[in-house]
Amino acid sequence: MRALFLPTILLAAVMFVAAPWLIDGAPTESTMGFVQKIFYFHVPSWMVMFSAVFLCGIAGAIHLFKRSAAADRVAAASAEIAAVFGIIGLITGPLWARKAWGVWWQWDARLTSALILELILIAYLLLRRYGGPGSEKLASGVALFGMANVPFVYWSVNVWRTVHPKTTVVPSLGPGMRGTFWWCSLAFVLLGGALLAARLRIERLRARVDELYLER
Amino acid sequence: MRAFVGIAWLVMRKDLTVEVRSREIVYTTLFFAVSCVLVFAFSFVRDGRALDHAAAGILWIAIAFAGTLALGRAFERERQSETLRALLLAPVDRPAIYVGKLLGLLALLAGVELILVPVVGLLFQAPLLAHPYLLAALLAAGTIGFASVGTLFAAMLVRSRSRDVLLPVVLYPITVPVIIAGVRGTAALFQAEADTPMAVAWITMLAAFDAVFLTLALWTFDPVMTE
Amino acid sequence: MNAESFSADFQILRFEDVSRHFGRRRALAHVSLDCRAGEIVGLLGPNGAGKSTLLAIAAALMTPSAGSVRYGTMTAREGGAALRARIGLLAHDLHLYPELTARENLEFFARLYLLPDARRRAEAALARAGLAARAEEVVSSFSRGQRQRLALERALVHDPRLVLLDEPFTGLDDEASRTLVARLGALREAGAVVLLATHDIETVEGLVDRVAVLREGRLAALEAGPGALRERYRRLM
Repeated sequence: MRALFLPTILLAAVMFVAAPWLIDGAPTESTMGFVQKIFYFHVPSWMVMFSAVFLCGIAGAIHLFKRSAAADRVAAASAEIAAVFGIIGLITGPLWARKAWGVWWQWDARLTSALILELILIAYLLLRRYGGPGSEKLASGVALFGMANVPFVYWSVNVWRTVHPKTTVVPSLGPGMRGTFWWCSLAFVLLGGALLAARLRIERLRARVDELYLER
Repeated sequence: MRAFVGIAWLVMRKDLTVEVRSREIVYTTLFFAVSCVLVFAFSFVRDGRALDHAAAGILWIAIAFAGTLALGRAFERERQSETLRALLLAPVDRPAIYVGKLLGLLALLAGVELILVPVVGLLFQAPLLAHPYLLAALLAAGTIGFASVGTLFAAMLVRSRSRDVLLPVVLYPITVPVIIAGVRGTAALFQAEADTPMAVAWITMLAAFDAVFLTLALWTFDPVMTE
Repeated sequence: MNAESFSADFQILRFEDVSRHFGRRRALAHVSLDCRAGEIVGLLGPNGAGKSTLLAIAAALMTPSAGSVRYGTMTAREGGAALRARIGLLAHDLHLYPELTARENLEFFARLYLLPDARRRAEAALARAGLAARAEEVVSSFSRGQRQRLALERALVHDPRLVLLDEPFTGLDDEASRTLVARLGALREAGAVVLLATHDIETVEGLVDRVAVLREGRLAALEAGPGALRERYRRLM
C-alpha cells in the first residue's frame, strides 16, 4: 500500500497541473459563461467530501459496535479529509455564486445543506479534540447520527428553499465538458485518497507512540 | 418487554419525583425560555410590529436553548452522585434507562412549552387556537426529535471534559432539520391563511426523523455508555 | 440472607492479564487475580493505584483495554443483564439520590433490580442500616456515616453474588465499623465473592482472607492474610 502513495500523489499533481488547460479548452457554458468553469473543481471536491463523510460514518459504526481501534483511526482521518474538502467546496461555492448571481450567499439548498454537514464534521473534530479520553466512542456516535442526518438535512433545506424563488441552476453536462469533468474528478479522488492514506499513517504512528508510552 | 417498559417508567417517575421536590430545573428552564423570547422580541419587533414569521422562529429557538439547558442540568444531577453509573449497573436492558430519562425530559419540556407557547402567542398576536391539534402535533413531534438526540448526547457526554460547551456544539447541527421543520410548520400555521398541507408535510418529516433517530439512539446507547 | 440465594452462581471471579489505560494514562497493567466464593479479598494500595478502576471493570461498567474478566466461565458480555443482577457495587460516590428519602432510595433500587417484594426488602434494609427512624427523611440531610450505611444496604439489597466495595469504612464510627465487619463475615459464610478496596489496612486486618496489593496499576503482591498485615504492607510501600 505504501508503495502506491508516491505514484498516486504524483499522478494527482500532474493531473492538477494539466487541469487548467483542459478547463480552458472545454466549451463555455451558454448561460453563465466563463464563471461556470469553477464547477470543475467545485463538484469534485463535494464528491470527495461526501465519500469521506460516509466512510467516517461507517467506520464510526464499526468502531462503536466492534470496538475496533483501526476503524476509529479511519473515522478520524476521513473526518478531517471531509472537513478540508468541504471547506474547498464552501469557498468555491460562494465564489461562483458571487460571479454568477451577484451575492456571496444565496441560501441555496445544496450549499446550505453542505454547510450544516460541515458543521457536524467540525463538531465531531472538536469532540475528539476536547472531549478528553474516551471521546472516540462518543465521536463515533456523533458520526453515525451525522451520517443518518444527511437525507433529512437535504430534504428540509430543499423544501424550505422552494418557498422562495429558485435561483440555482446546475448546468447539465454538455458533451465537450464531460471529459474535463471526469479528469478533474479523478484528480480530486486521487488527491483525497492520498491525503487519507497519509493521515491514516499519522494516526497509526500516534497509536504506536501511545502504546510505547504505556509500556514504560 | 414488560420489564423494559416497567424500568423506563420507574426511572421516569424517579426523575419527576426528584424534580417535583426541588423544582429547580423547571423553574430555571421556564424563566430562561421566557427571557429568551423577550430578548429576541427586542431584536425583531419594530414600531410595535413583529417581523413576519418572527413568532415561529423565536418560539423554536427558545425551545432549543431551554431544552439544551434542561438537558445539561438533568444530567449534571446524575453526575453528582454518579447515579447514572448505578443505573447502568442494573440488570435491565440499558436502552430502558435511556427511554426513562427521555420520558422524564419530555414531561419537563411539555410543561415548559405549555406556558411558553401562550406567552409567545400573546406577545406576537399569533393565532394559537386556529389549528390547535396541528400545532400540538408539530410541537410534540419536534420536541421528541430534539429530546431523543439530546438525551443520548447529554448522557454520553456526562463523563467528558468540556461537556457544557460540547453539548450544544454537537446537538445543534444535528437537530437543524427539527428546527427548520418546527419553524416552517409553525409559521405555516400562524399565517393569516394557514397553510395546513405544508404543516402536515413538516409533521410527517418530523415523525420520520423521530422514528429514525429514536431507533439509532436505542441501538447505540449501550455501546456508547460502556466505557 | 440465606445460602439459597447464591445457588446456581459462579464460584470464581477471574482477572486474566487485565490492563486498562485512559489515553496515555496507565491505570492497570497486566493484573491477574482470582477471587473465590466464600472469600474476602482485600485490595490495597495508595490512591491512584488503580483499585477503583479494577472494581469498575469487575462490575462490568468498564471494559479492559486488554485481557479479560471471567465470572465462572462467562465473560461480562455473555453474562449480560443476568450477570449484573448478581453484582453489587458500593463505590466511592455513594449512588444515592439526595432529593429522595432513605426508603424511596432503597425501594427505587430494589425495583430497578426487578425484585418482586421491593417494599419489604427496603423495610428490612432500613432496619439493618439502623435508619428505620429516619426512613422518611431525604438523604441530603444525612451525615456521611448514615449515607455510607444506607449506601451499603442499597448495594446489597438484591443479595448479590459478587460484592465489590470501594472504601466502605469511610465515615463510619466504631460501632458501625463493627457491624460492617460482621456483615461481611456473614456474606462470606453465605458463599459470596467479596472484593474490598481500601488504603486503610487497619480496618481490614483480621477480616480479609487474602490481600492483593496494587501499586501504579500493577499487582505488587498477592498474599494470604491475615496477621502482621501492617508490617508487610509498609515494607511493600
